[in-house]
Amino acid sequence: MPTPYFKKMPTVVIPPLMRKLTDGEENITIPGTTIREVISNLDDRYPGMKERLCEEYRLKPGIAVYINGLLTRGSILDRVDTDAEIHFLPAISGGVAAPPD
Amino acid sequence: MARKSHVQTTINGETVEFLCESRQSLLEVLRDELHLTGAKEGCNNGNCGACSVILDGRLVNSCLVLGVETEGKSVETIEGLAEPDQLHPIQNAFLENAALQCGICTPGFIMSAKALLESNPNPTEHEIRYWLAGNLCRCTGYDKIVKAVMDVAKASA
Amino acid sequence: MDEKKEYKVIGTRPIRHDGVDKVTGRALYGADVQMAGLLHGRVLRSPHAHARIISIDTSRAEAYPGVKGVVTAADLPEAEDRIADLGEGAVNLKYLCDNILASDKALYKGHAVAAVAATSPHIAEEACQLIDVEYEVLEPVLEVRQAMESDAPLLHDSIRTTSMGETADEPSNVASHIQHKLGDPDKGFEEADITVERDFVTGTVHQGYIEPHNATAQFNQDGHLTIWCSTQGAFTVREQVAEILQYPVSKIKVIPMEIGGGFGGKISVYIKPVAALLAKKTGKPVKVLMSRTDVFEGTGPTPASYIRVKMGATNDGKITAAEAYLAFEAGAYPGSPVGPGAMCIFAPYSIENVVIDGYDVVVNKPKTAPYRAPGAPNAAFGSESVLDEIAEKLGIDPLEIRLLNAAKEGDRRADGPVHPRIGFVETVEAAKSHPHYTAPNGKKHHGRGVASGYWFNIGLESSVTINVNADGTINLIEGSTDIGGTRSSIAMQAAEVLGIPAESVNPSVVDTNSVGYTAVTGGSRTTYATGYAAYEAAQDVKRQMIGRAAKLWEVEEANVQFADGVFSSINGKEEEISFRDLCSHLGQTGGPIVGSGTVNPGGAGGAYATHLVDVAVDEETGKVEILRYTAIQDAGRAIHPSYVEGQIQGGAVQGIGWALNEEYIYNDEGAMTNASFLDYRMPTCLDLPMIDAVIIEVPNPGHPYGVRGVGEVPIVPPLPAIANAIYDAIGVRMTELPMSPDRLLKAMGKI
Repeated sequence: MPTPYFKKMPTVVIPPLMRKLTDGEENITIPGTTIREVISNLDDRYPGMKERLCEEYRLKPGIAVYINGLLTRGSILDRVDTDAEIHFLPAISGGVAAPPD
Repeated sequence: MARKSHVQTTINGETVEFLCESRQSLLEVLRDELHLTGAKEGCNNGNCGACSVILDGRLVNSCLVLGVETEGKSVETIEGLAEPDQLHPIQNAFLENAALQCGICTPGFIMSAKALLESNPNPTEHEIRYWLAGNLCRCTGYDKIVKAVMDVAKASA
Repeated sequence: MDEKKEYKVIGTRPIRHDGVDKVTGRALYGADVQMAGLLHGRVLRSPHAHARIISIDTSRAEAYPGVKGVVTAADLPEAEDRIADLGEGAVNLKYLCDNILASDKALYKGHAVAAVAATSPHIAEEACQLIDVEYEVLEPVLEVRQAMESDAPLLHDSIRTTSMGETADEPSNVASHIQHKLGDPDKGFEEADITVERDFVTGTVHQGYIEPHNATAQFNQDGHLTIWCSTQGAFTVREQVAEILQYPVSKIKVIPMEIGGGFGGKISVYIKPVAALLAKKTGKPVKVLMSRTDVFEGTGPTPASYIRVKMGATNDGKITAAEAYLAFEAGAYPGSPVGPGAMCIFAPYSIENVVIDGYDVVVNKPKTAPYRAPGAPNAAFGSESVLDEIAEKLGIDPLEIRLLNAAKEGDRRADGPVHPRIGFVETVEAAKSHPHYTAPNGKKHHGRGVASGYWFNIGLESSVTINVNADGTINLIEGSTDIGGTRSSIAMQAAEVLGIPAESVNPSVVDTNSVGYTAVTGGSRTTYATGYAAYEAAQDVKRQMIGRAAKLWEVEEANVQFADGVFSSINGKEEEISFRDLCSHLGQTGGPIVGSGTVNPGGAGGAYATHLVDVAVDEETGKVEILRYTAIQDAGRAIHPSYVEGQIQGGAVQGIGWALNEEYIYNDEGAMTNASFLDYRMPTCLDLPMIDAVIIEVPNPGHPYGVRGVGEVPIVPPLPAIANAIYDAIGVRMTELPMSPDRLLKAMGKI
């Protein structure tokens, strides 16, 4: 999709095990004001991304999102700034290692 | 169902009568028959000390004593330690030293410390550690428990 | 957050609010629940580590006098193979249900198979022996590397290795693979002057809480289910039981009793749904207790692991690259803490080139449960031992090499996110100047070791309600299980806001019908997140009280100030009233005041610790004695320093036990042979010196008072610190845990 070159956009750091989908590309700048939008736009550019990351209304169990280094729980509804750095990581919660599947 | 025996004993200074099966431990009798739940079950085989009580002046694991064995004897439990208007000095020392976290082992440690201080009012740190080695605590690392007992000994010296 | 502010309550050491109950034996724990008509439940467990269940015949048990009901997996609703998000993270529902009562297969010795409710615990135990279970015994696999072999016996036909959402085709015991990568590790190793690579093996260890699991359940005729139990999180019990029984959460009330230790092991449910099934079947309240053997064989240990660590550094000590391979035993169902292990392994250091691979592997052992900084101690045992070896080979002081490479604010972790303000450097500096480190250490077979550790901590949801009393005190209602003094550390934060003494707060931990959703006491989150909610609730009270003062004085709210527990009017009218006095005017100024606070904070702020240990190794027996121990930790802000010290000391001692003695010992059939406190050797007070706990305060910007969680990180450094000390003492690198006398004697070539 066309993205205005002048506008700052969030950066998604692609997990190593998902870089096959991005031809090895590690850092992707992509438009979006919420995690949901970011994932949707990522999927437009790199098909298959959405299926790996989320279900209908939430992240896939076992996957967590960090925005600017902070773990969020609201997940796909969380808002992201134009200069946000987004990481998708294996989910961990409450002194608990969430089973990754 | 197993037949029950009638037992008369003294608990915390009061004469108590109860019925129990011969296979029931003193710990079970205290907890399930008499509702004195201060003594805790951590292992039921004498390894953790959470059920420590004093039987005729001697520290025992109540899980290793049968209820019927207490006929005519005297049992002291954690419930009998404090006065109506004030705690026992060991109880105070545990609070002041923050010597408990979850608190499950605390009644056992306090009874154990009481038995120690009655037989040796001025124990060294090593003697305290030796005596209390039959009580397991998984929360505190024992530091503050040992310090609490040292404080009580110091205050009475 | 105000770094310079002087606090009145925070940092003091009041007597804990639940203290008197706990030193008098009056505090009621889960097993202390008594009620009329109570039945007693016991669980029958598999004698085999791996077996297909052909049939279960309960008729003899049901006919036994005194037995009122028997349940098996057939009494559970059919579990779908689907994922449920249960507050403790995502869980496959079929695995969750099968771990409660095995349906088709028993996957470890001790796996629950059936349960009996009877009029006495002895009758229930006897009746369990009358249940006839026909098994087809299968070959067990008990070790992570063997389980990863392609020809290993498979525990589940359904497990396919997943890698960040991608699933493999063939069944395997490897449930998942994760990877973190930063920079170019190959290039980093080329730049290194020295490279050290070693393999490490750690044993299966248990949380070892003194109170066994317990649950009492009652089903009313209107369908309301009540569960009394010890748990780290009443709400997660409610969620798990609702999922397992396919029952609405609104009909389940969980009443958290006092808890006798958890350390992560009392988050997963085991016998709670079983008690509920028995209560439903019998129409009576049923109390189910575990024995100590049940606890060892049937509840979460933390996993054994195989770890390979490679680190490269330049001659001046700068780490240029690091690589780690972590394979963790999940136990019978997926879900080992390899994720956090991979996240924490190199987190104390700023390293440009890193690759970390982690594997979650099922084996025929009980399903692992979280244990204090799950995964991080295993990981640190590898990385901190290798770093120590590099320092030694380069002739650099081990604390200096840590300082040289220390992670600071703005540095990137290997798993991606950037560190916020952290206090790692401060812990190493404090270690360097501590009298322990400067004391002489030269006797034969005496050694000194150092190691550091990281744990990320967690936020999650917490709710607090405050009711204001007419006498100037407050009742604080919370949902966080108090395992180690958090009633007080939470109450103190509310007291600080309102300018009242800690003793003027009555904190209560209440049931799931009586407070807003609150996540588990775990992840070192309680003083941080529930304390944060208490801060917010107290701010809510303060705002309302300002309104009442304004009403009383007929001034604008903007003209009322609050400081040090006193409301005062500014701009003209000079009025003053204390918090306490204003509380007596609530009725006439508008009615009662209830404050509430709810949070789900993201800024938990990582915790760092650096430990120093001196050991003596007995050359004849191989026994390692801890001579001196110093544990230094960044607590952000210590709300109640005594209980922060307690966390540090307790965590360090659990680490000492893990390092030196604790392990599940298995026979060839996959049976644990040391399932008692006599043979599973936890430290007693005679095994230990005093633990010098040193609190460093580098306030966490993610909390109004700067709190960082403190509970977990102290268990991370002891394993490598002791291994490093043993090396210093006898010149042998110990790479297998526990470092028990037999392993020491082997290492010294004595046997």
